[in-house]
Amino acid sequence: MANRKQPGGLAIWLGVADSSFTRQKTVKFGDASAVNSGRLWSIVTVVALIVAWSITTVGGVIDPIFWPPLEGGLYPWDNPNRAKPGVIDRFMGLLSEGYRNISLWEHVGTSVKRVLLGVFFGALAGIPLGFAMGLNSAARGLFDPIVEFVRPIPPLALIPLVILWLGIDEVAKVFLLFLAALFIMLIAARAGVSSVQISKVHAAYSLGASKTQVLRHVILPNALPEIFTGLRTSMGVCWGTLVAAELVAADQGVGSMMMIAKNFLQTDVVVIGIIIIGAIGFAIEMLMRALEAWLIPWKGKG
Amino acid sequence: MEGLVIENVSMVFTLANGGQVHALEDVSLHLKPGELMAVLGPSGCGKTTLLNIVGGFLTPTAGQALLNGHRIEGPHKERGMVFQQGALFEWMTVAQNVSFGPRMCGVPRSEIDGTVRHLLEVTALQDFAEKPVYQLSGGMQQRVALARCLANEPDVILMDEPLGALDALTREKMQGLVLKLWKETGKTIVLITHSVEEALFLGERLVVMAPRPGRIHKEYTLPFADQGVEGDARKIKAQPDFISAREEILSMIWEMEEEIMGGADTH
Repeated sequence: MANRKQPGGLAIWLGVADSSFTRQKTVKFGDASAVNSGRLWSIVTVVALIVAWSITTVGGVIDPIFWPPLEGGLYPWDNPNRAKPGVIDRFMGLLSEGYRNISLWEHVGTSVKRVLLGVFFGALAGIPLGFAMGLNSAARGLFDPIVEFVRPIPPLALIPLVILWLGIDEVAKVFLLFLAALFIMLIAARAGVSSVQISKVHAAYSLGASKTQVLRHVILPNALPEIFTGLRTSMGVCWGTLVAAELVAADQGVGSMMMIAKNFLQTDVVVIGIIIIGAIGFAIEMLMRALEAWLIPWKGKG
Repeated sequence: MEGLVIENVSMVFTLANGGQVHALEDVSLHLKPGELMAVLGPSGCGKTTLLNIVGGFLTPTAGQALLNGHRIEGPHKERGMVFQQGALFEWMTVAQNVSFGPRMCGVPRSEIDGTVRHLLEVTALQDFAEKPVYQLSGGMQQRVALARCLANEPDVILMDEPLGALDALTREKMQGLVLKLWKETGKTIVLITHSVEEALFLGERLVVMAPRPGRIHKEYTLPFADQGVEGDARKIKAQPDFISAREEILSMIWEMEEEIMGGADTH
């Protein structure tokens, strides 16, 4: 390696240069680990999107009813004496004054609380049921038809029934999310129980463990990684289901805020809602990954 | 009768298509307390089935297994197991793995701590007590498995290819450790292996099994394990009588394999 210059750390971070190990590889096409982050291009994408947003809306190319401007201003087809607020101004306004007498935090908090409650109750019922199905023939036979039948039904398809049963109040929403989380958690717990290596169970019994001890000290910890994956999935599914449910019927929550805004042609609030939904979904996923790395460090290392 | 007795044990599995597999046919053995028996044979000879019967995980379709006069009917801490892949609990530290048996059996904390410390020293793991087991190498994991088994003071230790997944060098070192522990603790040990050399070196007694139906083909009493406790493993394995015994058994197993394959693999 005579004259080859070593790229700096920044170049590697940006993805314009390969790491020292990848640089020595002769076969790169087809080797997924030789594809670097390409971070420079990610930056290009984000910047281009923001620039395109400001140009097209501020310049008045797109009607703010279809897509709101990033920053407020005057619009030739609108009342020339009244400046329309942009998404940034609107967001600041929502933060300080809320929307329709309810603060933004309350809208977001209501949605998050519903998801957490739904997942909590879903896990509370689903994990023991999944364990029972994984450990006992009768339980497996009893619940299998229900599980297999309900599994392919998207939770949103249950909204009409849930409204008929429970109306549109808080209980109805949490119940819908409970159903969505229940089956995910049940299947995850069952898979966790089934994944236990028989030699570990045999080892525990021949070390003098009782059935209860085998359940508590071998089967349960062995199933934890699968259970956690189930929690992560149900958080994601519940978040998506909830927003849709709030679009159908609710007076609080991010989804309902967007639905009300739509009725008043406040596209900026709708767009802000979409961004909030994406950001919170992302935050939930990151939080769950961090929790997983912290709580179950042995995952995938059996 | 003292020791481990296997009395006319047969194991017949009926397949879904109605066919029958004779995993074991009329196997009888007697191990006196403190004996180390290696069981060797080609795949399909029923050696793991035999170990599972002694471990109490399978009930034979005929005959019975007895330990110190009582019939084996299920797993029990009197019979400890060591598996090929360790079967360690990866959510626990090394020390928690080793103390698992005594903890489950309600042994007082103070007593457990002493046992664990002693066993970790014997297996040279004292510096790794608080490490999670998945951070250890394969050889170290098998030492944890041995220590975990010994912590419960079993009468018999059943080993199912305990060194099978290790590299050659680690394997040789572990053989020395098994012999050392055997002499120090005086436990009865049944060790299943695929390796002829390992069976000859470790087996005070050696049973060669044959397949279809699984049965005892030949039994040996060998001097090498006793020599190996003190002596140099490499020298013992280079002795002419060790080599001739190895070749004899190798060709015996070779013939059995050929019979199974119907000569399909020969050129």
